[in-house]
Amino acid sequence: MRAFAHLLDRLSFTPSRNAKLVLVRDYLREAPDPERGWALAALTGALSFSAAKPAFIRKAMEERCDPELFRLSYDYVGDLAETVALIWPARHGANREPDFSEVIEALRIASRGQVQSLLEGWLDALNANERWALLKLVTGGLRVGVSARLAKQAAADMGGVDVSEVEEVWHTQSPPYEDLFAWLEKRSEKPSRDAPGRFRPVMLAQAVDEEADFAKLDPADYAAEWKWDGIRVQAVSERGIKRLYTRTADDISHTFPDVLDGMTFEGVIDGELLVMRDGRVAPFGDLQQRLNRKTTDAKLMANYPASIRAYDLLLDGTDDLRQMPFRQRRARLENFVAKARSPRIDLSALQPFDNWEELRALRARPPAGDPQSAEGLMLKRWDSIYEAGRPKGPWFKWKRDPFLIDAVLMYAQRGHGKRSSFYSDYTFGVWREDEEGKRTLTPVGKAYFGFTDEELRQIDKFVRDNTVERFGPVRSVRADKDFGLVMEIAFEGLQRSTRHKSGVAMRFPRINRLRWDKPAREADELRTLEKMLERA
Amino acid sequence: MIKPETLLCPSPAGLYCPPGDFYVDPVRPVARAVITHGHSDHARSGHGAVLATAETLAIMEARYGAGFAGQTQVLPYGQPIQHKDVEIVLQPAGHILGSAQAVVRWKDCKIVVSGDYKRRRDPTCPAFVPVPCDVFVSEATFGLPVFRHPDDREEIAKLLRSVAQFPGRTHLVGAYALGKAQRIICLLREAGYGDTIYIHGALQRLNDLYESFGVELGPLAPATTERKKDFEGAIVVAPPSAVADRWARRFPDPVAAFASGWMRVRARARQRGVELPLVISDHADWDELTTTIKEVKPGELWITHGEEDALLRWAQLEDVKARALSLVGYDDEEEV
Repeated sequence: MRAFAHLLDRLSFTPSRNAKLVLVRDYLREAPDPERGWALAALTGALSFSAAKPAFIRKAMEERCDPELFRLSYDYVGDLAETVALIWPARHGANREPDFSEVIEALRIASRGQVQSLLEGWLDALNANERWALLKLVTGGLRVGVSARLAKQAAADMGGVDVSEVEEVWHTQSPPYEDLFAWLEKRSEKPSRDAPGRFRPVMLAQAVDEEADFAKLDPADYAAEWKWDGIRVQAVSERGIKRLYTRTADDISHTFPDVLDGMTFEGVIDGELLVMRDGRVAPFGDLQQRLNRKTTDAKLMANYPASIRAYDLLLDGTDDLRQMPFRQRRARLENFVAKARSPRIDLSALQPFDNWEELRALRARPPAGDPQSAEGLMLKRWDSIYEAGRPKGPWFKWKRDPFLIDAVLMYAQRGHGKRSSFYSDYTFGVWREDEEGKRTLTPVGKAYFGFTDEELRQIDKFVRDNTVERFGPVRSVRADKDFGLVMEIAFEGLQRSTRHKSGVAMRFPRINRLRWDKPAREADELRTLEKMLERA
Repeated sequence: MIKPETLLCPSPAGLYCPPGDFYVDPVRPVARAVITHGHSDHARSGHGAVLATAETLAIMEARYGAGFAGQTQVLPYGQPIQHKDVEIVLQPAGHILGSAQAVVRWKDCKIVVSGDYKRRRDPTCPAFVPVPCDVFVSEATFGLPVFRHPDDREEIAKLLRSVAQFPGRTHLVGAYALGKAQRIICLLREAGYGDTIYIHGALQRLNDLYESFGVELGPLAPATTERKKDFEGAIVVAPPSAVADRWARRFPDPVAAFASGWMRVRARARQRGVELPLVISDHADWDELTTTIKEVKPGELWITHGEEDALLRWAQLEDVKARALSLVGYDDEEEV
């Protein structure tokens, strides 16, 4: 349990992705089988135990600690599992310290009644860090900032292979992944990927560089289609097995039973998952209501009906199409979608065009209907095979220009890791009139990237020189009509929000430019944002 | 027995001894003071006369300059002296170099003012000596049962493992300049770390002072090299405030570590942006506090500062007569 607890502890305090990869990679290298496999399963969300509930832990605690001392401690620490982990009186010699595999294997077969006494015995034998890790494990959700994708990347790093290779075999493997590790350690052959229902590594697009790329590219070589504002999915229906994967190979089938029912085909579709009403795409916010949930219910499915807009075909029956050019795959796809006759699947239409200028105009003013809510355009070479990863050349994304506003810096917060000595997270606001007709700033968003290191240094200095108040790691900065730092903020979309005082929430806000030259009073008004709501 | 308050009583300037006419760790200038240890909230400048260990007097001189008090008197550990009718003995407190408990006796009453203390081994100072007494005056900085400091060797191992795992990064260890910094350096040496340890300028004088009292710190160098690359894989020790400051920018991709008992609580570590919390404290944890009280078996327990509510509750459950003095002016130096 010690090594796994140490790993979780380090991960929970480590902000940088690269450092997390090192921590997980080294752990997977050093821990023995089957422990590391169970750990990988825990990190990728493939393990869950329903038998332990926080209420039980609290009750067990009360039998061991004076309630008043517990109350004072809980008040101080603020987190139940952590308080229990810290305060639980160790009973030396009560039990042998269990190893991690033992804990997992016992939890997998234990009944609800057994879990409690098992847990108590383990808590008695573990140290504070290990107790914390155990409680996180059994109460669900490790929440140490590690995605399934990151864990797979770390496994790939451990074996010196590309992550797409791990993803390709991932769904043929199950915890504790002994075959996977044997392959990564070159002790055996790569596990067979020929398992029905498995994930195929996806092909990604490069962002187009308008100046450099269009001069070299021939429009006749490319097909264009709209870049839909949902999430990329791979819909697999193969020999009776149906699965819906995200582009990072997370299996989200259980969250979308309605879509799974509509997968009346034999093959693998690459497409966009969208909430659709009456054949029209609903805003991304509607789809968000369905994402990141463990389960779903009838009401949610009725209010936010999801379906797939197909744009590529990887497998048709038993034919693997990935080595065919896009032109042929596209023709097969059109037939395939027509034949499936599913209300949950439609075809992403191609957008005809003759030259780049024409396409540029379409992108700036999309035609009526769904293209209006698209994120931009996709360009795909007619002769491109379906190649995993992000090859340069065959596929491009050409995003719509972002929305821009000028806002005033109001608060700044210290960053993490590399940026811990910098004020690098910024809350900015725009002007609005309050009830008495006075113009005040109201916060509309937060951004922490988009600037260069040099600009970061300048903003950091500005924050330190113009601090009005400090609350822990946050400083409020002078911002009024006569003084303030104006930042040009770029963002991808805007939604109404009841959680924000301003009533709007931005998607992907970032600092586009610093407007040292612009007086604070000339920054934008909330009204301007409200008007953008219609366009977004 | 006399009423203990006639021997020692709280006053705005600190704990006052009427029969001896002196204070223990006064928070403002007084005529006569007994000083338990050199941390600035306990050892202030401007007193008429100061009685303390040689180490504590040296620390005060290093921090405040030669004229920090009208006159000074050295009292080695364990040697009683008589002042008016009061007997004063200093006994090791195990907190930092020179730290002492002040044991005062008058008529049939003995009071131990423990100052700040800890019970675990510390290579930079002698271990705490428990003295049975009528009144035990204790701190309660970590007076909650959630504070149980782990073995400091495990914490140091965590640091060294991280150094090995991230050879391109600088490990920047925030440690209070007096006591904690030197203890961390000693613990690293005990763990077999022989490389040069880089130090922030604020530690220089105190490191020299520790070495002059025989605490060996091994190869040290100022953290001022021009080239960033020189700090790859290095350990740098600095006061906590410097770690999150602009000063830290000279290092390549630093790992912010912080050695403090507060690091036991995750939210505290997160608030400060600490990436590698090291739970190493110079204060007694909950178990040390409660076992010490059981060991010295005081008739009464007086609590000077810290998380006193939980310790009062514990005393109630254990049938120990206790009161909180709620002395002001002892801030927690680990919070700096």
